[in-house]
Amino acid sequence: MDALVATLNAAPLWLVILIKSALLLLVVVTTFAYAMLFERKILGWMQLRPGPNRVGPWGLLQPAADAAKLILKEDLTPKTADPLIYRLAPFISLITAFAVYAVIPFGENNGSLWAIGDVNAGILLLMAISSIGVYGISLGGWASGSKYPLLGSVRATAQMISYELSMSMSFVGVLILAGTTSLAGIVHAQASMWFFIPQCFGFLIYVITAVAETNRTPFDLVEAETELVGGFHTEYSGLRFGSFFIAEYVNMLTVACIATLLFLGGWNAPFGLTMIPGILWFVMKVGAFLFFYMWLRATLPRFRYDRLMAFGWKILLPAATLNLIITALIVALRG
Amino acid sequence: MRKHLGNVGALLRGFSITFSYMFKKRPTIEYPSVKKKHAPRFHGLHELRRYADTKERCIGCELCSSACPANAITVIGAENSPDDRHSPGERFAARYEIDELRCIFCGLCEEACPTDAIVLTPRFEMADFRRGSFVYSKDRLLVPPEAGVGLAPDERPNGIPSDLGMVAQVKSTMESDTGYDATNRGIILKTQRRGLAG
Ligand code: SF4
Ligand code: SF4
Repeated sequence: MDALVATLNAAPLWLVILIKSALLLLVVVTTFAYAMLFERKILGWMQLRPGPNRVGPWGLLQPAADAAKLILKEDLTPKTADPLIYRLAPFISLITAFAVYAVIPFGENNGSLWAIGDVNAGILLLMAISSIGVYGISLGGWASGSKYPLLGSVRATAQMISYELSMSMSFVGVLILAGTTSLAGIVHAQASMWFFIPQCFGFLIYVITAVAETNRTPFDLVEAETELVGGFHTEYSGLRFGSFFIAEYVNMLTVACIATLLFLGGWNAPFGLTMIPGILWFVMKVGAFLFFYMWLRATLPRFRYDRLMAFGWKILLPAATLNLIITALIVALRG
Repeated sequence: MRKHLGNVGALLRGFSITFSYMFKKRPTIEYPSVKKKHAPRFHGLHELRRYADTKERCIGCELCSSACPANAITVIGAENSPDDRHSPGERFAARYEIDELRCIFCGLCEEACPTDAIVLTPRFEMADFRRGSFVYSKDRLLVPPEAGVGLAPDERPNGIPSDLGMVAQVKSTMESDTGYDATNRGIILKTQRRGLAG
């Protein structure tokens, strides 16, 4: 182990980053695959169905079967589509979804961070990268050259912009409390108290906006099957559709990670239960958040579009602003 | 304000319902590996029976065909000749076809038949790839001689066909403890029929 660490320390930086990235990619893709299976299971159970259970024991090979199916599907491009942008769009979504993990730390071991890069403006970079993701959706829908994808992508753009504001507002409350924009720093600041307690409204706002940002029920108007066939990905098939799909789940994982880092104390153990390593706590918290997501999907129906917009601008944004102002005031008054 | 609080309550109730459903018993029957119990007198695929001497029961009278509300049965009768004898009577069914896609499995053919030749077995798995394959002709309906005679519903012990012919060889999933008094209908029919006959 020590020898391994020594060799790694001696290795050039680009090599270390390459290895770390490859490892992380593997972990994230596996997590995605099983998050999907888990979601289908949970949804099944909540609807009194067993969920997928035919491929492998307990349906455990279902992701592999799905992947094989998607790979074998024909890759269609509609005649009216803008071919270059149409083909590129899924990968914009996919790449930005993965790129975020460059700055997310997962744990800490004797002062060295488990992350690809420890960026001191981590949260800003993270928001910047994840905002690009919407381009994949809006360009994809626009370049499809058919009406339902277009409607879907117009909705996506409007929704993302409206909810991103409130989301950033909810971050700022945390940043004021922590006094740093480094994700590791924010986690350290939560050693005594997790931020979801002083920032309970901020947390609530974050959870709502996070669901909206990842286009999940009840905010999945972007791909509302009942009205828009499949929304922005109506025309996509095969691996390109798969890319959108993976991006959606990876984004879901990302917002779960952010919630954990910003509000749920990151890898800090609760109640002094430090015998369980921090990384496990991190995984558990992310898992709990993901479960909440699925629970939400099984419970709530989809919003109406105008209500979604009204809710975002007339309730969420003022609430987030108020929360921010009050937090700032309290922090300033306590000196 | 009151109204909004009520909404939050409704939201929470919704969440608790979905959560509690996770631990409920799931009614799913995992079909190909587990099969549902069906009623003992379940109406499924037809079967044409024989007498113990392997003669066909069907006498080509077309009563089933005229009783059928779905016009699913086609019977074309022909005369028996002494050296080519199919049934004990004068006539037999030269062609006998049931279009199982038209059939509504009402069992009226079974009731109409004077010789108890056509019966409905509990077999229900008839999926196929071509429409044409759902027209069952005599070669698939008639119990092959080596498979016995086939049992009329009112002769089945507790209404359960114990000796299904080749057509209905799929094992029945019924159990005798279903508590369904299946024989009654058969017995009544039998006595009525006897009364009518003589
Ligand atoms: S079961 Fe009813 S519908 Fe089917 S063939 Fe017999 S009489 Fe016709
Ligand atoms: S099956 Fe019965 S009712 Fe139908 S033609 Fe034969 S004998 Fe007559």
